[in-house]
Amino acid sequence: MSAIALEVRNVIKTFSIEGGGTINAVDDVSFEVRSGEFVALVGPSGSGKTTMLSILAALLTPTGGQVLIDGQDLSRLNESKRVKLRRQKIGFTFQSNNLIPFLTAQENVDFMLRLNGGANKAGRMRSAELLSRLGLSDRLHNLPGQMSGGQQQRVAIARALIHNPAVVLADEPTASLDTERAYQVVQTFANLIHENGRAGIMVTHDLRMCKYVDRVLQMRDGKLVQVIEDKCEIEILARGGLATETIKQ
Amino acid sequence: MKTFFLAFYLAIKEIVRNKGRFLLVSLVIALITLLVLFIAALGEGLADGNRQYVASLDAQLVVFLEKSDYNISASRLDSNTIRAVRRVEGVADAGPVYTSTSEIVSLNEPLKISMLAAESDRPGMPLLIEGRPFRGGEASEAVIDEGVALRSGIKVGDEIEIRSTQGTQDEFFYLKVVGLVGKQSYFFQPTIFVPPATWEKMRPQPAADLSDTTPYPNIIAVKLADPAQIELVKERLLAQVPNIEVTDIETTINNIPGYSAQQSTVQTQGAFTLLIGILVIGGFFQIQVLQKVPQIGVLKAIGSSNGAVGLAAVMQIIVVTAIGVGIGGGLTYLFSLGFPPTIPLTFNGTRSLLAVIALLLIGPLGGMVSIIYAVRIEPLKALKLG
Repeated sequence: MSAIALEVRNVIKTFSIEGGGTINAVDDVSFEVRSGEFVALVGPSGSGKTTMLSILAALLTPTGGQVLIDGQDLSRLNESKRVKLRRQKIGFTFQSNNLIPFLTAQENVDFMLRLNGGANKAGRMRSAELLSRLGLSDRLHNLPGQMSGGQQQRVAIARALIHNPAVVLADEPTASLDTERAYQVVQTFANLIHENGRAGIMVTHDLRMCKYVDRVLQMRDGKLVQVIEDKCEIEILARGGLATETIKQ
Repeated sequence: MKTFFLAFYLAIKEIVRNKGRFLLVSLVIALITLLVLFIAALGEGLADGNRQYVASLDAQLVVFLEKSDYNISASRLDSNTIRAVRRVEGVADAGPVYTSTSEIVSLNEPLKISMLAAESDRPGMPLLIEGRPFRGGEASEAVIDEGVALRSGIKVGDEIEIRSTQGTQDEFFYLKVVGLVGKQSYFFQPTIFVPPATWEKMRPQPAADLSDTTPYPNIIAVKLADPAQIELVKERLLAQVPNIEVTDIETTINNIPGYSAQQSTVQTQGAFTLLIGILVIGGFFQIQVLQKVPQIGVLKAIGSSNGAVGLAAVMQIIVVTAIGVGIGGGLTYLFSLGFPPTIPLTFNGTRSLLAVIALLLIGPLGGMVSIIYAVRIEPLKALKLG
């Protein structure tokens, strides 16, 4: 059994709403993700999955509960230590605007190494290799504006993994891609998570993308309402079967 | 140190990959630089035109007629005053200075000049850089300044013809140029120096003055034995010499008619141009930061510190401003080569240096708001995760 990379304990996030009162965007959620495990966080709009991801990314402080990344309790870290944790322990891919527009594909990936003080020749070779594995060997020196959405997402995946983070977070990584590209990106992502022994969490509204994950966490109204671990059930869910209906309900 | 290099990397990469955009801003700064440097040079040139002679006096104090309000034109001292001044303890030497205007007509284009008189080797007479001093008495000799030489082509050894209106008649006088001094502009005009008696004979004057051949100095330039005792000697002069007022060189300059008003006008123009520069640069960088909000959000989300993001913005502003000021300075120099000497532009003054420093500062100052804005961007909101 591999080590726990991410641990969420009874996390609550409460927001004030206009006209008084509060709302629990995340309501007493607990789960764990082990190294080498790829998990999908699904749920309808407003279910709290993006808020949950922001908390996991140390970008949002929970109102209650604990989040531990690689054993480090986020609630005990000040802002500069949270920045350091994001830099060293977390890899990110976002829905859009993922890359720094004035850096080439390889420079975008190398930037994570530069942030962590490892932008040397060996690092550059590793980033070139990783990009080649992602089918971008001929795009190393292209700027983001010269690449398609799918290529940009693959560069973002390389950037998220290059510095060997404990946890890799992906927010709707396939939102701007066509189905074929989306499958390719998520499959590559899953393969790299498994190979490198990282903990991967993907927020998605597209249940078809769940076919490559090891576990599905379903949220509704801020609560974690269902955890699907059975491979067959996940397959059915991804094909839009019974489990999908369950989730929709 | 890591933050510095990271910020430098980001700043330079963005500039290099967006050369056109940043060059455009640099060119705007270059134009502002051109304008500011020309205003500074104009201010320096006008100031020089007005004060050059007084500012370069080999003296620490200037004696005026009492109640003349330190106005050279309004002051006319008794001819005995000079002897009384020289007798005061602490005075090393004193020289009378006589001022008027005239015109050199022995040229294709008549040249208006300041005609000053002073005694050779006394305070009030500038150092010669060529030729010899004029003789005393009513010698028909003159020493010209470089301004006259530059504008007219007159050289040492030439003869010049001066027109002077005396009473209701134009009188013409011939003078031999025997010496040359550096630029000694006074009242915006190049200057010739003549002996006091010659000056009295030649100066424009009403008919009533023609019968009196005694020259009355406008001021007396006083050189002190010990410049540190300026206040003490000033008090002694006021106590021992009747009907005078005494001040230092700086006050004399500031009381040249129109000098202060002119300088404050030029300085206000310069200040407003710098202010416009601050607004232009500030506006550009603010728009740029607004366009880059998601990008800055990503940078922060993946672990770039606020320090790195802010420092990168500061570095960009400094680089763009420095390039702009460099281009502007170069353009100013090229333009300055083509200006005739009649235009009062002086580029070598401390004012130009101060203008360059101010221009280098307006970038970071103008970009301050955008830098603060960039540092305050929250990745959560920038990435629309919240």
